[in-house]
Amino acid sequence: MSNIIKDKQVVADDWRILKLAEGETVESVTVPAGKIIVPLAVWQAQRAVLQGRNDVGVLFASSERPEALKDDIARMPVIAIDFPKFADGRGYSIAYNLRARLAYTGELRAIGDVLRDQLFYMQRVGFNAFAVRADRDIHDALKGLTDFSEP
Amino acid sequence: MYRYDQYDHQIVKERVAQYRDQVRRRLVDELTEDEFRPLRLQNGLYMQRHAYMLRVAVPYGLLSTKQMRMFAHIARKYDRGYGHFTTRQNIQYNWINLEETPDILADLASVEMHAIQTSGNCIRNITSDEYCGVAADEIIDPRPYAEILRQWSTFHPEFAYLPRKFKIAINGALEDRAATGMHDIGLTVVKNEQAEIGFRVMVGGGLGRTPIIGSVVREFLPWQHMLTYIEAVMRVYNQYGRRDNIYKARIKILLKALGVEEFTRQVEAEWTDIKDGPSTLTAEEMHRVAAYFTPPAYEKLPAIDASVEQQKQENMAFANWLQRNVKPHKMPGYAIVMLSLKKTGVPPGDATAEQMDFVADLADRYSFGELRVTHEQNLVLADVKQSDLIALWKEAKAHALATPNIGLLTDIICCPGGDFCSLANAKSIPIAEAIAERFDNLDFQHDIGEIELNISGCINACGHHHVGNIGILGVDKDGAEWYQVSLGGAQGNDISIGKIIGPSFSAHQMPVVIDRILQVYVRDRTEDERFIDTVRRIGITPFKDHVYATPIKVGQPIGEDAYV
Repeated sequence: MSNIIKDKQVVADDWRILKLAEGETVESVTVPAGKIIVPLAVWQAQRAVLQGRNDVGVLFASSERPEALKDDIARMPVIAIDFPKFADGRGYSIAYNLRARLAYTGELRAIGDVLRDQLFYMQRVGFNAFAVRADRDIHDALKGLTDFSEP
Repeated sequence: MYRYDQYDHQIVKERVAQYRDQVRRRLVDELTEDEFRPLRLQNGLYMQRHAYMLRVAVPYGLLSTKQMRMFAHIARKYDRGYGHFTTRQNIQYNWINLEETPDILADLASVEMHAIQTSGNCIRNITSDEYCGVAADEIIDPRPYAEILRQWSTFHPEFAYLPRKFKIAINGALEDRAATGMHDIGLTVVKNEQAEIGFRVMVGGGLGRTPIIGSVVREFLPWQHMLTYIEAVMRVYNQYGRRDNIYKARIKILLKALGVEEFTRQVEAEWTDIKDGPSTLTAEEMHRVAAYFTPPAYEKLPAIDASVEQQKQENMAFANWLQRNVKPHKMPGYAIVMLSLKKTGVPPGDATAEQMDFVADLADRYSFGELRVTHEQNLVLADVKQSDLIALWKEAKAHALATPNIGLLTDIICCPGGDFCSLANAKSIPIAEAIAERFDNLDFQHDIGEIELNISGCINACGHHHVGNIGILGVDKDGAEWYQVSLGGAQGNDISIGKIIGPSFSAHQMPVVIDRILQVYVRDRTEDERFIDTVRRIGITPFKDHVYATPIKVGQPIGEDAYV
């Protein structure tokens, strides 16, 4: 259990992120039971099985296109977008595409190098959840969402 | 000009507060320098060689006198009594303390200014023609479009962390004074056969390490679609521009890698989805913004002023100034006046606080209280009555702002160079000064006629050396400062990139190099042929042959040579 910011509040969160260990492939990796966010490629490889579950979300790397998830968007309980570095702005366009073009309305979570001073813009392109980098004070980061009075 | 509404005031004020807290957190090490860097850059603050430099946005170069007086105030209070007008139509202060920057930004906000997005990997200040709204050859006034682009791009959340910086220029006249071909996006106003207004869209121009002239991706974009189309370009770039190598991250590299056809296909595909969406411009919105740019209350005046005609005959100095520094205005009896910031002995583009206050006074008295900054680093009074020209000239002259050299050899475009900039390989200002001193004779300059000399202290090309008729680039050779010379670059409708003539020179050789180049021009030119036209006609070989014919002796050392 760790804390995230969701809908402008610090809340406890029990989603885990599936990471592939060495030697595992997207086809072979076991997706454990319980709430879990899996890389897009794992979802695509194991879709037949995973689509029956309602506790599996998808993670986008910053180089991936959201259109790849087009047919499954509506059922997603959570979609996460990874920011490998906070200055890598590709995730903003992925978020825009998910919200504006694919009409995704569920939880959209920023993970990775997620810091206070980028949260406001992230919120403006459609993120509503933020897994703030673990070494930073999440309550301090929350202030980043209220730097400006107009959304 | 555009005035902030309540929302603009609020957001800029909140931005200052946000930045003030970011500076505080940096100073107590809650933010690392790596984390703080993009934040300060997006507020215009660079780390330079000796101090911080603050770059203030002057949207499309347009200023009120109140704003100019604030520039003077900032120069006095926070800097060393002067500022530097740049090739991006902005102003830079070179001696800034980090701790004071929030106060400077608060002062700027009080006159509806800021430094937001003047740096960093985001959409930068929108630039345009310095004669917007008054040029005789204008198709339409591009300022309302420039303002709409400014509002759209400022605080755009999706495009704040692009692969690299992004520059947009817009030109509304027949002659391209906005250098659209060397911008990431260059818009040119065109009319189609039905006399409807639209834009020719160029993408992927830029100087720097890889100078490329932009490619036309669309011949006619109806004005209603300006924002959605640019959004499509930005989204393609944001997703696919290279982020692994800073030198290959500009959109020009993406466009070249994909090819114009494929790049255009991707943009058009992206556009299909958002075309006619909420960002589509309406006539109502255009009218709302255009209302900020209504012409001032011009008087009905005769086209020719008799007193000017008479003085022109009697006073040679005034006549020279008229010829070089005064441009035709679309209204009878009015003129556009260029105030030269290129007096020999002063770094190109620099103005003292006293000069800033003074030009503000001039603008209040002679030009409806507005000023413009040109990308050639001069200032403009856009709406001067011809009957005021003599009085204005005398006053400007007394304040060293009437050097009659606009478009001539000593109207040098020059970056701050190694004296200030931490990126520079070489100094540029001392080279500009040495050349200006050597060719200070005005008769000689008038004989040489129109010529553009551009100096950059490094390959980043802030001095736009690639498009100078004569381009000078500072290079580093084994730790020493050398200068590479190119010929044949040009801005405007027939934009071109100059060609390097050969091995580089040391600082002290540069005035002689320029002299030899000009000797070839004087020898080979046909009557009334401009320098650039001679270069285009005869090629660079005759210049090269003459410049390198004999060794250039050491004269009075300048630049780096002066210190060894």
